[in-house]
Amino acid sequence: MDPQHLNLIYLIIAAAVATFITRIGGYVLITQMKQIPPRLEAALNAVPAAVLTTLVAPAFVYGGFDVAVSMFVAFAIALGLNLSTLRMLVIGWVVVMLIRHVVL
Amino acid sequence: MRKDEFWEGVRGGFPIMLAASPFGALFGALAVDNGFTIADTVFMSATVYAGASQMVGIELFGNHVQPWLVVLSVFAVNFRHVLYSASIAKYIRHFTPVQKFFAFFLLVDPQYAETEKRGERGLPVTFPWYLGFGLVIYFPWIFNTLLGAIFGQMIGDPKAIGLDVLLPIYFLGLVMGFRKRDRFLPIVAVSAVASVAGMHFVGSPWHVSIGALAGVLLAACLPPTETAAVPPVAIEKEA
Repeated sequence: MDPQHLNLIYLIIAAAVATFITRIGGYVLITQMKQIPPRLEAALNAVPAAVLTTLVAPAFVYGGFDVAVSMFVAFAIALGLNLSTLRMLVIGWVVVMLIRHVVL
Repeated sequence: MRKDEFWEGVRGGFPIMLAASPFGALFGALAVDNGFTIADTVFMSATVYAGASQMVGIELFGNHVQPWLVVLSVFAVNFRHVLYSASIAKYIRHFTPVQKFFAFFLLVDPQYAETEKRGERGLPVTFPWYLGFGLVIYFPWIFNTLLGAIFGQMIGDPKAIGLDVLLPIYFLGLVMGFRKRDRFLPIVAVSAVASVAGMHFVGSPWHVSIGALAGVLLAACLPPTETAAVPPVAIEKEA
C-alpha cells in the first residue's frame, strides 16, 4: 500500500475514534459534571449549524450559476413545503440537470 | 423473552434503515468520486458510522484539506452525540461495560431518539432491543455504501449527471434541520459571511474553521436564554 493511501486509512481511523469520543463523551461528562455552564452549552449547541454552514455558503457563492440556482430552488421548495432532505436533494438534482442539459 | 426484545428492536429500526439507504448509497458514490477506493469507502462507513460527518470527511478530503482539520470537522459535526449520550445515560446505566461500548458505537440520531422515547414512556431499554434496533440500521448502511461505491466507480464525469450539486444541498438540508434551535438565524448568518470571507481572503480550507468559529463565538457571547436546551431529536434521520 502506498504511503498516501495509508494516510487515508489513518485518517478514517482517526475520524472513527473522534466520532466514538463524541458518542461516549456525554455519558462520561454527565457522570463527572453536575451541570454544564450555560454559555458553554450555547456554544456547543451552535457547533453543528455553524460548521455545516461553512460547507454551504461558499459553494453557493463560488460554485457557479447552475449550482447556486439549484441550491436556491431546492431550499425554497423544501422550506415552503417542509420537505425531507431526500426530496430536497431530488429537486436540486433535477434543477441542475435541467440547466446543464436542457437550458444550456 | 430476550429474543423477542431483539426482534422488536429490529422491527422498530427497519423503516429507519429504509429511509437511510439512499444516503448510504449516495455516500458510497460520492466517496469514490472524491478519491476513495471501494474498500476505503466501506471501511469508513463501518468504522465511523455517522452519515453527515462521513459526507463532510470526503468533501474536505477531496479538497485536499489537512488531515487534522478533516478529523476536527468530523468531530465538530458529530458533537451533537455528546448531548445524546449524556441524555440516555439514565436509561442504559444497567448495561455491562461491553454492552455500553456497542451501545455508544451504534448511537446514531434515530437510535438516540427512539431510546429517549422508550425511556420516557417507561418502557424497558434492554440491550437486546437496543442491539436489534441498531444492527438493522448498521449492516444495511454498510451494504448500501458498497452498492453506491460500485456504482460511483462506473461514472465517468460526475458533473454530467449532476452529482456535484448533491453535497452542498445535502449540507443545506442538514443546516435547515437545526432551524428550531436557539439563535439559529444569527449563527448561520455569521458563519455564512465569515466562511465566504475566509474563502475569499484566506482560502480553502481555512474558511471552515473561520466560519465555524465565528458562529460558535457568537452563540457563546449572546446573552443566555431562559429555556433549557433540550437535546435535538431527529435532526438528520439519515445521519
